[in-house]
Amino acid sequence: MAEAIDLSRFVERGDSGNARMTLAVQGVGCAGCIRKIEMGLKKLPGVIDARLNFTQHRLAVDWRYAEIDAARIIETLKTLGYGAYPFAPERVEADEIRQARWLLKCLAVAGFAAMNVMLLSISVWSGNVSDMTQETRDLFHWLSALIALPAAAYAGQPFFRSAWCALRARQLNMDVPITVGVVLALGLSVYETATHALHAYFDSAIMLLFFLLCGRYLAQAMRGKTRQFAGNLASLRAEFAHRYGGDGELIKVPVSALQRGDRVLVRPGETVPADGVVVAGRSEVDQSLISGETIPRAVGAGTTVYAGSINCSGALTMAVVAAGTGTLVDEVERLLARATETKSHTVRLADRAARLYAPAVHATAVLTAIGWLIVGASLHDAIVTAVAVLIITCPCAIALAIPAVQVVASGRLFRSGIILNSGDAIERLAEVDTVVFDKTGTLTLPDGVVDDRAMDPDLLEQAARLALSSHHPLAAALTKCARERVPYPAAFEEPGSGVRAPIGGTEARLGSAAYCGMPDQALQAPAHERGTSIICFAHAGRFARIPVRQRLRPDAAAVVNALAALSLDLIVLSGDRAEAVEPIAARLGIRQWRGELTPAEKIAAIESLKSQGRRVLMIGDGLNDAPALAVALVSLSPIAAAHLTQARADALFLGDRLEPVLSAVRVARRAKSLMRQNLALAVVYNALAVPVAVAGLVTPLIAAVAMSGSSVLVTLNAMRARLGRLRDLSVDGTSASAKAVDSIVAGPDRAEQDHLMPQSTVAAADCAERERDTLEIVR
Amino acid sequence: MNVLVYLVPMALLLGLTGLVGFIWTLKSGQYDDLDGAAVRILPDDDIEETVRDTSQ
Repeated sequence: MAEAIDLSRFVERGDSGNARMTLAVQGVGCAGCIRKIEMGLKKLPGVIDARLNFTQHRLAVDWRYAEIDAARIIETLKTLGYGAYPFAPERVEADEIRQARWLLKCLAVAGFAAMNVMLLSISVWSGNVSDMTQETRDLFHWLSALIALPAAAYAGQPFFRSAWCALRARQLNMDVPITVGVVLALGLSVYETATHALHAYFDSAIMLLFFLLCGRYLAQAMRGKTRQFAGNLASLRAEFAHRYGGDGELIKVPVSALQRGDRVLVRPGETVPADGVVVAGRSEVDQSLISGETIPRAVGAGTTVYAGSINCSGALTMAVVAAGTGTLVDEVERLLARATETKSHTVRLADRAARLYAPAVHATAVLTAIGWLIVGASLHDAIVTAVAVLIITCPCAIALAIPAVQVVASGRLFRSGIILNSGDAIERLAEVDTVVFDKTGTLTLPDGVVDDRAMDPDLLEQAARLALSSHHPLAAALTKCARERVPYPAAFEEPGSGVRAPIGGTEARLGSAAYCGMPDQALQAPAHERGTSIICFAHAGRFARIPVRQRLRPDAAAVVNALAALSLDLIVLSGDRAEAVEPIAARLGIRQWRGELTPAEKIAAIESLKSQGRRVLMIGDGLNDAPALAVALVSLSPIAAAHLTQARADALFLGDRLEPVLSAVRVARRAKSLMRQNLALAVVYNALAVPVAVAGLVTPLIAAVAMSGSSVLVTLNAMRARLGRLRDLSVDGTSASAKAVDSIVAGPDRAEQDHLMPQSTVAAADCAERERDTLEIVR
Repeated sequence: MNVLVYLVPMALLLGLTGLVGFIWTLKSGQYDDLDGAAVRILPDDDIEETVRDTSQ
């Protein structure tokens, strides 16, 4: 029995009984998907329109409110084979879109002006070497001024504003030399035109703006895209809270829908969803995210707990006092702040360089002008040379080199379903040479299947209700057997062992065999249970061993092979029985594995790897993995992991597939080499161009082209982080063999459903193939 | 050189028309789903329908 979900917060009610909801959709890959989703939804009674935005992976659905329930729409999408998550559009993203549009408009105006001014300039250049009269030349110069001055005033706004802000704060940024350069070039040109000179520099100024705007717009578009994916992901991991309904049953509600007075269950490892008072249960909470206090605080009935603190050990029932914190918007903000703004070591270095560079540019320009005056050049020539130096040395390429790659790479990661928790994770990921996997919930899917054939139903019910208080993946599988979803009060979890609570006066325990004190003879595993994990349950002298079958993540074998092909060392460290770990390691071809490890032993294992000079990537999900994740150089967690574990991980990955792990490593390696290339490009450009400009060999126009060229080159190079077939798993033909292994289909076959819908494109075949991949199961 | 009197304004006017056209496409949201527009032309079920209609 699944928990009921309350979605009303995401549904926008219009007049005349219509409703609208935006959903972030997972798994959209081709034209067939658009058709399948839109047609599939329109067939539902009451649905008026469904429109999928393929770029953003968002779906807008309009329907008549009275005729169909929002949850039904999400369910329909699920049966079609797509995960859909309600999405609340937020203000920051709208601002980004407005900013991008404004830049595009400026770019269009600058482009229009640049083309027309160049048209006139080229006529003047060819006229100067042939028979152009002075009157015609002046006319052309005045026409250029007529076009360039208003266009520069409009299209230059992004630079003028930012320069003005910097100057007001008594600082220099890279827009200051640009602004000075453009204004000087325009002013000088008007003076030249009025004095009937042979040359004017309207073309240089407007070309400079045009190319700079190209770079600015590309950067903005990349950031906007990254933010969009982050927004989608944030809604995929939208926090849900477990609220008690009127009859004591648990209902899953979005955190943002919690209200004052609601009673909420917070299981061990989960984040407290709102500020409130503990009503029942005893536990310790970790408030390090809020107050920075790292020692967990003991709480019991009557204690106040705050949203964002993490429940460490016991299950708590709390009454909500203030809701509204920890909402989706906060979450997105936190994610983005961490992912795109936390600056990595290299970014900080580049920043410092850019800060030192801006004053250096101005000084060089002024010194150039003074130098030429001393040598005896005219004031006019000295100023023209100084403008060229100013333009050519704008530190754009250097300032862009690293952040551009960072933004594109994190966008690429968001796109493949990876949420970065820390800004420098990309650089650390690129250095990894050893990958350590946890087994349960990491190599296998978080939701196992309980084999309840030989179970006493009463005992199973008790075990399942006790499991409601735990966040362990095996417990999560067990909770599905609970007929009555009411957890026991005062449950307490010991990470790595199990959970206990008093039932009817005597203590019941659920967890490992040792934790439950199982007698030895009950531990003899029947032959068919190899590769099966066992949870034990003990209550009042009665014992039960509950076998939970786990399914490997659908693409685990292929990903493991591809990782091995990247010459990474692979190791499995699991807390599960050796008999359960061994067949899975063998299936995946991982030779180094250890079972029955305590959290402390996992840390010791990783420490010993580190002492051998290995750079370890740890992938784990359980409460018991959290410390190990913190010890490793860099760490990844699946999104289903306990909140405590998520907070420790450098990045989270989404969905049933293990493939994001592979993408993460590949994207990070690629990003690192692109960062190096970009820095080299920027340094070489400046080393070549500056002396030439100081020597007075460059006109302002050539300076504008060279300088903009270098920053556009750096930006385009950064975009390459997006390219490349990262999905390609068939490095050595392993995906074929992975598909061939014993696969049993549980539940409705998605591949079959594909045939229910007309497939009219070739592109759809790739998509259907991917879905078929996901049906592999391990017994 | 008298030809410039109308050629230059015409060139500018054509350029301006392009600019205004671009800003209109931007405002009417034609760049919101570029990837979608590219793949939405692939399904050919709409063609089958018209063929069926004409054959009846």
